[in-house]
Amino acid sequence: MSAILEVQDLKKYFKTPKGALHAVDGISFQLEEGKTLGVVGESGCGKSTLGRTILHLLDSTGGKIFFEGQDVTKLDKPALKKYREKMQIIFQDPFASLNPRMTTAETIMEPLMLRGGMSRDAMLQETAGLMETVGLANRFANAYPHEMDGGRRQRIGIARALALSPKFIVCDEPVSALDVSIQAQVLNLMLDLQEERNLTYIFVTHDLSVVKYISDEIMVMYLGQMVEKTSSEDLFANPLHPYTKALLSAIPVPEVPCKKQRILLKGEITSPIDPKPGCRFAARCPYAGEECHRPQTPEEIQPGHFVSCCQARKINAM
Amino acid sequence: MENQISSIKKTSQFKEVTRRLFKNKLAIAGLVFIVLLIFIMIFADFLAPYGYAEQDFTATYQGPSAEHLLGTDHLGRDILSRLIYGSRISMEIAVLSVALSATIGITIGAIAGFYGGKIDNLLMRFLDIYQSIPVLILSIAIATSLGPGVTNTILALAISVCPSYARLMRASVMTVRDKEYIEAARSINANDARIILRHALPNAFSPMIVNITMTIGSSMLTAATLSFVGLGAQPPSPEWGAMLTAAKSYIRDYPYMITSPGVCIMLSVLSFNVLGDGLRDALDPRLKN
Amino acid sequence: MKDEKQLLNIKNLVVEYRTDGGVIHAVNGFDLSLKKGEALGLVGETGAGKTTVAKAILRILPDPPAKVCSGSIEFEGEDLLRLSEANMHRIRGNKISMIFQDPMTALNPVETIGEQIAEPVRIHNRVSRSEARKRTIEMLEMVGIPGERYSEYPHQFSGGMKQRVIIAMALACNPELLLADEPTTALDVTIQAQVLEMMANLKKDLDTSLILITHDLGIVAEMCEKVAVVYAGEIVESGTADDIFNHTAHPYTEGLFDSLPRINSTARRLRPIKGLMPDPSNLPEGCKFCPRCPYAEEICQKKNPDFTETTPGHFVKCHKRKGDA
Repeated sequence: MSAILEVQDLKKYFKTPKGALHAVDGISFQLEEGKTLGVVGESGCGKSTLGRTILHLLDSTGGKIFFEGQDVTKLDKPALKKYREKMQIIFQDPFASLNPRMTTAETIMEPLMLRGGMSRDAMLQETAGLMETVGLANRFANAYPHEMDGGRRQRIGIARALALSPKFIVCDEPVSALDVSIQAQVLNLMLDLQEERNLTYIFVTHDLSVVKYISDEIMVMYLGQMVEKTSSEDLFANPLHPYTKALLSAIPVPEVPCKKQRILLKGEITSPIDPKPGCRFAARCPYAGEECHRPQTPEEIQPGHFVSCCQARKINAM
Repeated sequence: MENQISSIKKTSQFKEVTRRLFKNKLAIAGLVFIVLLIFIMIFADFLAPYGYAEQDFTATYQGPSAEHLLGTDHLGRDILSRLIYGSRISMEIAVLSVALSATIGITIGAIAGFYGGKIDNLLMRFLDIYQSIPVLILSIAIATSLGPGVTNTILALAISVCPSYARLMRASVMTVRDKEYIEAARSINANDARIILRHALPNAFSPMIVNITMTIGSSMLTAATLSFVGLGAQPPSPEWGAMLTAAKSYIRDYPYMITSPGVCIMLSVLSFNVLGDGLRDALDPRLKN
Repeated sequence: MKDEKQLLNIKNLVVEYRTDGGVIHAVNGFDLSLKKGEALGLVGETGAGKTTVAKAILRILPDPPAKVCSGSIEFEGEDLLRLSEANMHRIRGNKISMIFQDPMTALNPVETIGEQIAEPVRIHNRVSRSEARKRTIEMLEMVGIPGERYSEYPHQFSGGMKQRVIIAMALACNPELLLADEPTTALDVTIQAQVLEMMANLKKDLDTSLILITHDLGIVAEMCEKVAVVYAGEIVESGTADDIFNHTAHPYTEGLFDSLPRINSTARRLRPIKGLMPDPSNLPEGCKFCPRCPYAEEICQKKNPDFTETTPGHFVKCHKRKGDA
């Protein structure tokens, strides 16, 4: 197996006045080149932090990240620079992620300029090429972000991420701020780019329908931990973790008559600050029992299907 | 492809900014006055009908006349000539002190705001202590220890005003520090200096421009106060503020003596303010129209 | 002439925003009617004019720049656009109330949530403080918040809880009509499920009419019996949920469904609507959707189609679909 990225027991804690906030708490996975891992979860589950920690935009608290076989958690500055050129990020809010005082061309050209070693003309040519790749018309080259709609702004963000020809891109909710018709255009663009350039994506989102559409594998997170991970089809056809089941049943489906049977969860996500050992979902879980208060580890219940729930077999009658 | 590249190249920020600035009539009025002032400063020797220290005891306290367009003061000096020469000193003090304090203040503020944490704490506590001393008292103290004179006035003003710049800059840098485009810049390997200069400062600078132009005015006035207590520009140098304070004693009997330097200060302050407002708007691409 | 059963009847509403940059045609001839107890989903993308319609009903559009140019909004037989401000006050928050999108900014951070709910109760029902308090606690418990939290401040509540508070506030005076503007967009799916469930139950219990503004067709399918699809300030298709979801007629509605990634489909590519929404300050002549429409013909460019009833209750604004639906 040729895993381009391997994450082992990754941890990221934030210090807060109330205690340590466990944003990412022991996440492990492997990702093959050219594939997409969808990371889903509700706000505050640590999915964005996970992406940023892998990119080294945040320092990890513990664990290892191997990119192309090399441990990148202990890189010095020049090595980190090289590493960052291979890994890029596309942000959620296409307005906040663009400097309002830079034009489209300036934004896309900046990474090329920072890498150096290119003449100005070569950079301009490259920029024009990138704009064409992401479907931005020429006339927007000198436009400022506020003059463009969300979809076009997001295309700029994508072009900037592609400028250094990365192998791997973390997509942090790249379409959640867009309208459905525009969202579909951007999603299609991302899939085309993946095919053309053999890109590997980590696609972070709260939108389960989007994640199903774009991912090969999906990881469901809850309070910094992975609760379930399996292939995209399998997750939707055969969810094994009680949280995943509830999450899937909560998606409103655009069909009439509406025939869904909802699993309604009690309460809301509990605090990620100094969590108690044991299953973090137990407080809201309809199946919670005595044994849920000991730490849960992901178990490969079926080939390639990992679940962190000691009761998974019992619940699913396996 | 060729024509695509040429369409990108066309960008000229400067041209765009001037174009927008020229749409703002008030700002242009301010600019015209400032240009005029600079012209007067340069050619003072040719423009002034008399020397600035030329006394004529036969013609003291004279109102405006053909001979003395703006009248004479208590020592018989021609007020117009003094104003013309005074523009040099007043502008020098105001502009240089503001430039100096803004440079120091912006640097400290940007660093404190951008890095936060311990650096911020250290710098800000230092400024706290510093700012607990009133500006005027501080500048008097500095001017006293350095001795009177124009250069020392500039230093005194700059040192005493820069904490307020630092604070303002820090606050506005903090509002942009956590924006995603800063993170985006980091992800494409921009170093801290570039992130601060290219991404954080331009987006945090608007309130600063207004503040700078406002302080040019107040610096003129503080400089006048310093001359009044004998620590600023020394007689007979015709600093506007000094003229104003000198004429104060005669306000009842010879009001023309105080009016003309007052109007000069007011017009310069006003010009800088409207120009500053205009610049802020012209520099912001979001307000393009 | 009036239909007794109609609670709300909007006819030919036109709203413009007049700015320095030109006139923005936000709402262009909007017709809508709602019976008592009905739930209507107003679906459309950002900038389609959905929120402007809701604000026009409550008469809370910022004027200037907004200007209601023509049309009427009849509520219980009275034209709201002709009411005096004093009479409007009686209706706003009492007979018609609105839930805003962002629960984080819709509450006053320095007042306890109890006081904020009690305020409209006291204003509209002229009851004593203790009575208002009693009613408030009832409302809180109805939306699933323990009454003891009456004197807590908004920052002590999570997002989902805040949205419940806002719903309690909107329902406190037993309104006839509730306008909900993207009430769950800011919430997580599991919390959204809770809030939607609660809203559906409350609506049933209190017999409130509902206009639900959303971009999420899934929520509409769950909550509403009637649907109106809005594009560029016009309703392009309206009918029962079954009409819209299972007998889709307008090409825009069709495009919306095709753009949607579905949980239960295995398609590897979405079919987005090409292009962008027209600039509302520079709308195309003829059919507004024509530049993006795959079926567009010459007539579509020239003439804005009428709103035609294809089957009873199912209206479509499209030249091509007049006869063959």
